[in-house]
Amino acid sequence: MGILEVKNVNKRFGGLQALGDVNLSIAENSVHAIIGPNGAGKSTLLNVLVGKLTPDTGSVMFDGQSVLGRKPYEINQMGISRVFQTPEIFGDLSVQENMLIPCFAKRDGSFMMNGYGSVGNQRDMLDKAEEMLVEMKLADKRHMHAAAMSRGDKRRLEIAMCLAQDPRLLLLDEPTAGMARADTNNTIDLLKQIKEERDITIAIIEHDMHVVFSLAERITVLAQGTPLVEDTPDKIKGHPKVREAYLGESQDAA
Amino acid sequence: MLGLSKKDAGLLIVVALLCLFAPFLLNPFPEGSAMAQFNGGYPDLMQRLVIFGIFAIGFNILFGLTGYLSFGHAAFLGVGSYAAIWMMKLLTMNIIPAIMISVLVAGLFSLLVGWISLRRSGIYFSILTLAFAQMSYALAYSVLTPITGGETGLQPKYTDPRILDGALPAGQSPRANLFGLDMKATTQLEVGDWVFTFNAGYYIAAAVMLIAFYLSMRIFRSPLGMMLRAVKSNQQRMNYTGLNSKPYTLAAFVISGMYAGLAGGLLVAMDTQVGAERMFWTASGEVVLMTILGGAGTLIGPILGAGFIKYMENIISKINESVLEQWFAFMPDWMGDFMVAIVYPFVGKGWHLTLGLLFMLVVIFLPGGLVEGGQRIGKLFRRKKSEPDTPDGKTTPAE
Repeated sequence: MGILEVKNVNKRFGGLQALGDVNLSIAENSVHAIIGPNGAGKSTLLNVLVGKLTPDTGSVMFDGQSVLGRKPYEINQMGISRVFQTPEIFGDLSVQENMLIPCFAKRDGSFMMNGYGSVGNQRDMLDKAEEMLVEMKLADKRHMHAAAMSRGDKRRLEIAMCLAQDPRLLLLDEPTAGMARADTNNTIDLLKQIKEERDITIAIIEHDMHVVFSLAERITVLAQGTPLVEDTPDKIKGHPKVREAYLGESQDAA
Repeated sequence: MLGLSKKDAGLLIVVALLCLFAPFLLNPFPEGSAMAQFNGGYPDLMQRLVIFGIFAIGFNILFGLTGYLSFGHAAFLGVGSYAAIWMMKLLTMNIIPAIMISVLVAGLFSLLVGWISLRRSGIYFSILTLAFAQMSYALAYSVLTPITGGETGLQPKYTDPRILDGALPAGQSPRANLFGLDMKATTQLEVGDWVFTFNAGYYIAAAVMLIAFYLSMRIFRSPLGMMLRAVKSNQQRMNYTGLNSKPYTLAAFVISGMYAGLAGGLLVAMDTQVGAERMFWTASGEVVLMTILGGAGTLIGPILGAGFIKYMENIISKINESVLEQWFAFMPDWMGDFMVAIVYPFVGKGWHLTLGLLFMLVVIFLPGGLVEGGQRIGKLFRRKKSEPDTPDGKTTPAE
């Protein structure tokens, strides 16, 4: 029984069957990659997992509880954090404040009315944010406007914000899309380090085979909204159906 | 001090001193001189400066922090005013219950309006608030005439019950007071040609504004304030960080509605009458102008904007043709007439033209409002002092 269990999920947009009978089980403390050509339904599946879309049929269970019908913030409070394809951070706020907000969300829940106490007096929150900033090597930028940072730093910050909530499942949506090789490798190293240091399940949707094969322990290949095959990276590499559906084209593109 | 950082405490003290010495600062010209019409140190105007300051401080908590642009905040001011005047008719002419009930009623009303309007964001939110305000205006102006007095408005009358106050002596009209201290009580100080006026109502309103300003500072620096800025910055990230942005935004809306109600109650405390025009959409637009002109999202900006606009409204609108003729009397006749013809549309009833021009200039050249103007001047001086230093760039978000 995995930490995330997707059973018989269907999602239709008008005449398009975006997801057809998707079954997926992600084991606790694993790194699971979901790959597939464009239009395979990867993003639709991710949006179902985080509560942005509701499937037509099927069930999605996280740690024994259904996530269906819950709002994104409720699903996040259950322990699922999401990293976006283009980094979503609080651009107008300082890096430190960006770090503080998830710390407060973790401690105070989805809403807490505290309009009188000063943020500067919340020692435990400041310490926790600082700890994360140091760990993610962002401490020297703590007073910077988050929007003014480089793309790579924004990505680090976004991942740091997700980790500050101690999520049980971290979802990454093409975390290296549009990155240069060096930045991509840095992100891979960062994710490897995160995996080593904490008990966390990572699900990653990715186009870049280099990233997938460096990180994943299990890989699910989606094609036309349906899982084609699920196996270890070595087996996936040699799988004839996968080569036919996906890898052949991708290697040319890369 | 008072749980504020040194910088914020300094700002609070500066504002307090400005309020304390406003009767001097706003009256720089001797009585009877040609410049005396620019004196703003009379009670009616000073009261308006601080009361609309409160209105704008509250509006800034919603607009400046969350970015939600309400076009209907005058409705809360109006509702607060009506609530206050009913307290004065039914209970007592003491302003304390009137002000308390105005905050309470405006808070409840803004809870209702906010709860509905905040289902949408952006322009649709603005339109919804505008619709609510105009409906409130229509209700006050005609439908609810028995409660609001319709076109004529309301004021305390001799015959009102006022169950807490004893019967008034015959022929005396009811006067707003604070435990017996008349709001209209004034003392004048004459120094040479200068006349300075100290008014009880003004100082009470200014004290309330200082409290309101202090509370807004606490909100700005609190976790709530940080969350509200997060709403403005990126709601998507907020929702995926386990935060429900709806109640945060609604809290900001209700707080700003209560500030508007407080301003409405104080207006009644200073001048015991209310009419529906107080809720008209132009009044809602005015507080938007004040906040943007002063600097939205800054602490002091809304106070500056409110002061600036109310001063302009009162002073420039008083300038008439004969005053202009006096000004240009030193020129040859044809030139003087020409100048009067050019300047005349911008003064008197045309003061809105001047305001519009200034507003355009500020928005185009100083998007951060008057506060940004002040910061730029400050930076200019600092750079002159320490030329070789490289400017350290943006270290903190603009305040």
